[in-house]
Amino acid sequence: MPSCDTDPRLLLLHPGDSVFVLRDQIAAGERIFLAGQGVTVPVALGLGHKIARVAVPKGDKVLKYGAPIGRASVGIAPGDHVHTHNLVSDYTPTHQRGGALA
Amino acid sequence: MRGWPRNDGRKGIRNVVAVAYLVECAHHVARQIAAPDPEAAHVIGFPGCFPNPYAQKMMERLCTHPNVGAVCLVSLGCESFDRAALERVVRDSGRPVISVTIQSVGGTRTAIAAGRAFVAEQTALLATAPTEPMALSDLVIGTVCGGSDGTSGITSNPAAGMAFDRLIAAGATCIFEETGELIGCEGIMAARAATPELGAELTRAVDKAARYYATLGYGSFAAGNADGGLTTIEEKSLGAYMKSGQSQIAGLIKPGDIPPRGGLYLMDVVPDGEVRFGFPNISDNAEIVEMMASGAHLTLFVTGRGSVVGSALAPVIKIAANPHMYRRLAEDMDINAGRILEGAATLDMVADEIVAMVRDVAAGLQTRSEALGHQEFILTYKSFEPIGPACLPG
Repeated sequence: MPSCDTDPRLLLLHPGDSVFVLRDQIAAGERIFLAGQGVTVPVALGLGHKIARVAVPKGDKVLKYGAPIGRASVGIAPGDHVHTHNLVSDYTPTHQRGGALA
Repeated sequence: MRGWPRNDGRKGIRNVVAVAYLVECAHHVARQIAAPDPEAAHVIGFPGCFPNPYAQKMMERLCTHPNVGAVCLVSLGCESFDRAALERVVRDSGRPVISVTIQSVGGTRTAIAAGRAFVAEQTALLATAPTEPMALSDLVIGTVCGGSDGTSGITSNPAAGMAFDRLIAAGATCIFEETGELIGCEGIMAARAATPELGAELTRAVDKAARYYATLGYGSFAAGNADGGLTTIEEKSLGAYMKSGQSQIAGLIKPGDIPPRGGLYLMDVVPDGEVRFGFPNISDNAEIVEMMASGAHLTLFVTGRGSVVGSALAPVIKIAANPHMYRRLAEDMDINAGRILEGAATLDMVADEIVAMVRDVAAGLQTRSEALGHQEFILTYKSFEPIGPACLPG
């Protein structure tokens, strides 16, 4: 895939996935391309984090490795960082430092 | 490869003296007994004073682990642990064994001196013990992931899984585990079982783990996992599951069960019955200990955030998933699977490196954690029912 189409730092693990995985860091404010669409990433993201490839309505499953990894707790737009603020487990809640549950 | 033959037909890739404390009150004495020669004498033990059949079985299996050539049991004297039964099991295995009971021999100094004399005598004997040729089909290899991040499931875990496939094809026995980190994978995993009945047992084991963790209120998920980009337990599970490769699943075992033949086995590490005694495995070494109790000669430890642990008794090969972490912690890592993310290696190349390192470590090469003196060990309370007949088909 040419880099003007999708940023080469974004790794698609399965054709049906709703997220890309970062194979390198992205700096805050960087403009990146997802399937030819430019989006600005507002926060710095580290290796291994996820960015939405498609829009996911609230309550829908998020797919990675072609399998569900939880559901959207709010609507997710393409280019959004996908993490504990917008994705929750269908099994057990995720515990974070400070006692917060997502 | 060469190994030290044991009476039960297994072969060890190391030949160490296990110094085993039977209650926390004997831990210091055990440490002091092993202190003069830490490469030759490894400390293991159980801290509890209340009896526990699981801990008894684990200690029996560990004291007769193929890498162990002699055993020094260290008892305070008044603990509940059935020392006589453990001593009998070790003696029946053909290994030299002594018990040092602190309350009988006259206290700390006398106990340390008695233990050290035994260790020195046995170490000299073990150093000249004959070896036999050993093949990959003689090896039992465990795998665990610790300090996972978003890179673990896309670099080192699939590379370890590919290495497992190659080792299994060569006749080796491979064990993957932590059913609490397979939550969400039960369907795809059951489809790989040797029989439909085994598939149902695999699904039941993961369902049990999901219920257990739901009762405790936490999944097997640490804050560092989220820092590294993992969001949910099922996401972490899918990454962890990659370690199991593509081979058929030959059986389901519980800690201390010895796999009957080569192939891939899932270890069910979540206790049976109502939730008791707390979290199933309070840290990664608890999982390594359980695979050692099932005969694992060495462990492939995949890490993204950067775990530095090793283990008593059996070497740990550390596989770095994350190239940034590898550069920070290179002295602790045996293999850099992070190169895959940088385009400098393929999964296939890293799988080959892992298989080559398994052979080298089995032949005597020290892993990084071994050379650095890591000998972590932890064993806590659990309770299990025996496995059912569908768990080990054919």
